[in-house]
Amino acid sequence: MRASTPVTAATAVPESPAGPEDLGRGSGSRRGRQTGREGPHPLARLLRPLGVIVVVVLVVFFIGPILWVGWGSMQEGGGLSGANYDRLVNYGAGLWTYLANTGLVVLVTVVGSLAVSIFAGYAFARLRFPGKNLLFVGILAILMVPHTSLLIPLYIWLDRMGLGNSLVGVGLVMVMYQMPFSVFMMRNSFEGVPRELEEAALIDGCTPRGALRRVVLPGVLPGLVTVALFAFLASWNEFVTPLILLSDGDLYTLPLALVSLVQGDWGMIDFGALQAGVVVSAAPCVALFFFLQRAFVSGFTQGAVKG
Amino acid sequence: MDIASSAPPRRRSSVSSATVRARRQSLRGWLYATPATAVLLGLFVIPLGLAVWMSLHRWPLLGDVQGLNFPDNYTRIPEHRLFADAVLFTVKYTLIIAVVLLVLSLGLALLVQETKRRRTGFLRTAFFLPVVTGLTTAALLFLGLLSPSAGPVDDILGWFGVRVDFLGDPTWALISTVTMMTWRFAGFYMIILLAGLQAIPGDVYEAAAIDGASRWRTLRSVTIPLLRSSLAMSAVLIVTGGLVAFEQFYVLTRGGPDNSTVTMVMTIFRQAFSQFDLGTAAAMSVVVLVGLVLLNVLQLRVLRSKDEVA
Repeated sequence: MRASTPVTAATAVPESPAGPEDLGRGSGSRRGRQTGREGPHPLARLLRPLGVIVVVVLVVFFIGPILWVGWGSMQEGGGLSGANYDRLVNYGAGLWTYLANTGLVVLVTVVGSLAVSIFAGYAFARLRFPGKNLLFVGILAILMVPHTSLLIPLYIWLDRMGLGNSLVGVGLVMVMYQMPFSVFMMRNSFEGVPRELEEAALIDGCTPRGALRRVVLPGVLPGLVTVALFAFLASWNEFVTPLILLSDGDLYTLPLALVSLVQGDWGMIDFGALQAGVVVSAAPCVALFFFLQRAFVSGFTQGAVKG
Repeated sequence: MDIASSAPPRRRSSVSSATVRARRQSLRGWLYATPATAVLLGLFVIPLGLAVWMSLHRWPLLGDVQGLNFPDNYTRIPEHRLFADAVLFTVKYTLIIAVVLLVLSLGLALLVQETKRRRTGFLRTAFFLPVVTGLTTAALLFLGLLSPSAGPVDDILGWFGVRVDFLGDPTWALISTVTMMTWRFAGFYMIILLAGLQAIPGDVYEAAAIDGASRWRTLRSVTIPLLRSSLAMSAVLIVTGGLVAFEQFYVLTRGGPDNSTVTMVMTIFRQAFSQFDLGTAAAMSVVVLVGLVLLNVLQLRVLRSKDEVA
């Protein structure tokens, strides 16, 4: 149960065709059928206000904390104020340092995931080569291993390779964690582009590379967006990997810095700065969710249906 | 190649050109798969092997390997006072979170499915929104929410004269964490179950309606059985996630109060980075790993996953 859980969802239920946006469709008819059958039973009428209360409680439970933290982060001494954010900016090595550190990890993870999954996805979808199945099973096996079990040897191993206590090392480990999802996603995306389309481009005089660039890549664009999106979410939010691999406080990523804000000095916790930190940490994810919902869903359906 | 050499000359050329093409494709396949293979070997297979190797040796955090220590690293695990407790606690937490999450997500999925069309989108987004926040962020958010000094929950309960020490009491610390995890993950499993719900053909419901089945009876005898694979899938994900629980407790309860919420993975973490004993930590990791792989294989077999490899 991590930020990257959709990974396992996509791999394990390839038949599940719907993302968050698709899901309301078609429900209307069923509802109509059922209410038609039920009729205005007196008990049902009595229970209706109860149902409304349940829905309101649920909405408050799920949305309330987010509204509270957003509102509270802007409050100081009973009025609107940026004081919490000011204290956050100046905390420890400074918010900008932590953001830059997180940015580097995100960059390595996103670029690395894209690079690895474009090539591997194409190879798995289109090419026949010995060892293909073994490699695919090996990549999926990453899902089965708990992160901590790998991080202890990785702590030693990365150090031997000169990547100990390094943000690039953290990013590379994140590429590995994301690989089952990104490779699976891109394999399905490439399979979703009809081979005939590629052949037609070749017949029309495209070089194999040109066909790849002009015909296939646009077709797998939603898949690429999805891979990048989940690589971003996973690396932006990751906590355990940098916790174990980084020993230098100046290299901390945002989640690590926020936790040290809470656990640093025992006793006094600056809850105002914490709220501001939660907002800074959650805002890009919420924004991406609203902007990329469509791309996410189309990528998800395209990638997942074909499994 | 035998076929090619024994075939008549005209056919040989076509066969061998096919062989050349296949060989070229293999070469291209390997070339394209090289980055993935490098990541898999360098950051997964080798560290996994190293974990086993480390578990056989005395290996302090600072410094180098200090000789074979087999089977001591392993035999010491059952004697480890906190580890046995941690296993029990982790299993208990996993069972609780599995029941709570499955019931609530199913409820949410049915609710979203049944509400009026124009409200569906709003409810779905509302329930799903926490999923996009990071787990650590969610835990920090709840740390503020539940704190007596800064959070509103304590004030609200205060109106009713109720006082609860959310993180200072073992039972409440567990309840608080389960609540936070439910908040963070219910929307995700709701989506999985909604997808499952949509795959149920409408005429099944029509048949149930003709038979005069009540709403409750329809849920119990039609919806849930037909939703079995989605429910099983969710259960697998929740159980696996629950057994490797770490961040939620590390941030929210820090394993406290009095080590009452220490999970298996947290024990491993402490053994390595507080006890400076990587050998025993690696041995514990291997034990947890083997247990999880066995459980996963068992679960996947039960699921009879339709997912064909490659």
